[in-house]
Amino acid sequence: MEQLLQHLVNGLVLGGTYALLGIGLTLIFGLMNVVNFAHGEFYTLGAYAAFGALALAGLPFFVALAAAIATGALLGALCERVLLRPLRRESIDTVMLVMIGVWIAMQNAELLVWGGVARSIPHPFPTAPLTLGPLNIAPLRLFVMAAAAGLIGAAWLLIQRTRLGTAMRATFQDRDTAALMGVPIGRIHTITFAFGSALAAAAGALLGPVFLAYPSMGDLASLKAFSVVILGGLGNLAGATLGGLLLGVAEELGAGYVSSGYRDAVGFVAIILVLIFRPAGLFARAERIG
Amino acid sequence: MLKRAAATFLPLLLALAFLPAAGDAQAPIKIGVIEPLSGPVAASGNYVRMGAEIARDWINARGGINGRKIDLLIEDNKSDPKEAASAAEKLIVRDKVPAIMGAWGSSMTLAAMPKLEEYGVPMVVETSSAASVTKRGNPWVFRISPPSEMEALGLEQYVDKLGVKKADFLAVNTDWGRGSITAFGDMLKKKGVQVGAAEFMEQSATDMNAQLTKIKAAGGDTLFLTTAVEQITLVLKQGQEQRLQRKVITTGGSSSPTQLIKQAGPAAEGSYHIVFFMPWFPEAMPDGKLAKAFVDEWNKRGHPFEGLTEGFRGHDGIATIAEAVKIAGKDEPAAIRDALWKVSFTGVNGPIKFDKDGPAGKESGQSKPSIFIVQVRDGKVALPDFLKK
Repeated sequence: MEQLLQHLVNGLVLGGTYALLGIGLTLIFGLMNVVNFAHGEFYTLGAYAAFGALALAGLPFFVALAAAIATGALLGALCERVLLRPLRRESIDTVMLVMIGVWIAMQNAELLVWGGVARSIPHPFPTAPLTLGPLNIAPLRLFVMAAAAGLIGAAWLLIQRTRLGTAMRATFQDRDTAALMGVPIGRIHTITFAFGSALAAAAGALLGPVFLAYPSMGDLASLKAFSVVILGGLGNLAGATLGGLLLGVAEELGAGYVSSGYRDAVGFVAIILVLIFRPAGLFARAERIG
Repeated sequence: MLKRAAATFLPLLLALAFLPAAGDAQAPIKIGVIEPLSGPVAASGNYVRMGAEIARDWINARGGINGRKIDLLIEDNKSDPKEAASAAEKLIVRDKVPAIMGAWGSSMTLAAMPKLEEYGVPMVVETSSAASVTKRGNPWVFRISPPSEMEALGLEQYVDKLGVKKADFLAVNTDWGRGSITAFGDMLKKKGVQVGAAEFMEQSATDMNAQLTKIKAAGGDTLFLTTAVEQITLVLKQGQEQRLQRKVITTGGSSSPTQLIKQAGPAAEGSYHIVFFMPWFPEAMPDGKLAKAFVDEWNKRGHPFEGLTEGFRGHDGIATIAEAVKIAGKDEPAAIRDALWKVSFTGVNGPIKFDKDGPAGKESGQSKPSIFIVQVRDGKVALPDFLKK
């Protein structure tokens, strides 16, 4: 029983990080229809930006977090403006290939700049865990959970409750009509991509101190982010959040009670089942087709 | 006119271009190197490369082998077995190397091995620990790193002194990790030690809390940990987050205690590490002078100190191949293979000499490397108390 509780706590903490990875991608992949293989690289970028700001420039922890998020947004905007804008009328496959190129280029640039040795990112939280009966949780992980919840809430408010969010949704529903209504299509595309990338960088900056920063850290992050987006349904923020938590708990229980050798398999079996039985995602509203 | 000239000279040029390179006594001796230079274990692969470069430069500074310089052709296997196989094929077919050193991880080495047999080119294995590397009946494989069984035997004499009563295992889900659990588990059972949980993690996994929760519930007193240094760091940190009170012993020699102290901080305190090189006290190595010279050269080049426990492997691997070429007197694959059986010298790790291992008639070579155990104490690497004189 104690073990089950600890597994559930671990799963929720891990799931919170997956949710954070998933919401950025669900905006870019779900709303913009860009299969963003470079999402994990923005995650890596966030971690290294935080490392640079903290360990090299000596900035305080929270300033470094903000700097990492800003770096992600800036590079995301640049990437959209330079690479994606000329391809807006191209097929989804062409864009996907370009994003694979971005992925490879960014990962190798990280290897070149930072080297292959993993970096440990300092943080101001105590390393001793908080103990509640038989349960243990690190203060840093609690902070990451809270920050993730805050970011997810902010993203939801932005998309559902602001003029900018309305313009985003309108643009990706029907770009021509939105343009006729005076929505600046180009700027909306740039902002959405920058926002999604900033969320990935935020995830990297928050999770970097929990784990380690190294050039290939984004690969696993991309994989998990795509899983979460598929579980939750494209463009569905609430779905990505729940999908992330679900994936985290499923993996944790799979590792705990089936076999830790098949930990990742448990997550992917869940995704295959979702694709077979609810292809629009677990949390998609019923939709009439045709 | 031009056409006529072309007709005359072109065949001549072609003939020149295809002149066998072996005829040139001054051409450098090519040695292929396959290491993970990118991907999750890139740091280790790059350290091995740096060590290999030191060996190359030392040999060339002494005038080369039989008057010829050596040249390293270095390929990246991207920490991926598939890439290791294609790197071996490229080195052999396109670059025509007569010998290879590689390929760090056991899964990568095992994937490259069929290519050695297919084309008949010997490979010196510098890092891999899985028993299967020398048990598959591949007569082109010569290993200078210890398989897990040998490592376990090396640890056997210390089991009582370490106070191991009930052991749990956590290992990377590769040929190396799985082989290590079997080898150490068998040795411990023979010593009457109870064996509890055996858990696995993917090579790229970062969150090991599920495994640690299970290990905590299993209630042993010692955790045997087998993976590369990045994951060891994460396991130690997350073990601390879960208040996991265990003696930790890492196996495989890729733990880089100096890097652990830097990155895991207090979580690394008290942990034991099986290593095959002790750069902290080089004078305690079998050839203290060589070990000291290697550490000095490494520092002079500005390479990070924490890389030394991997870097020496590159030196010893290249030195082994160079020794074999010297004995063979020529740089042909079959001749180098035959000469590898006659190699006998002392590298940074200690004496290197190959014994036969694997199915009769198709044996691989296996050297008996020196094995050491160190402990992290007060933020420094030290010899464990029971080894102090």
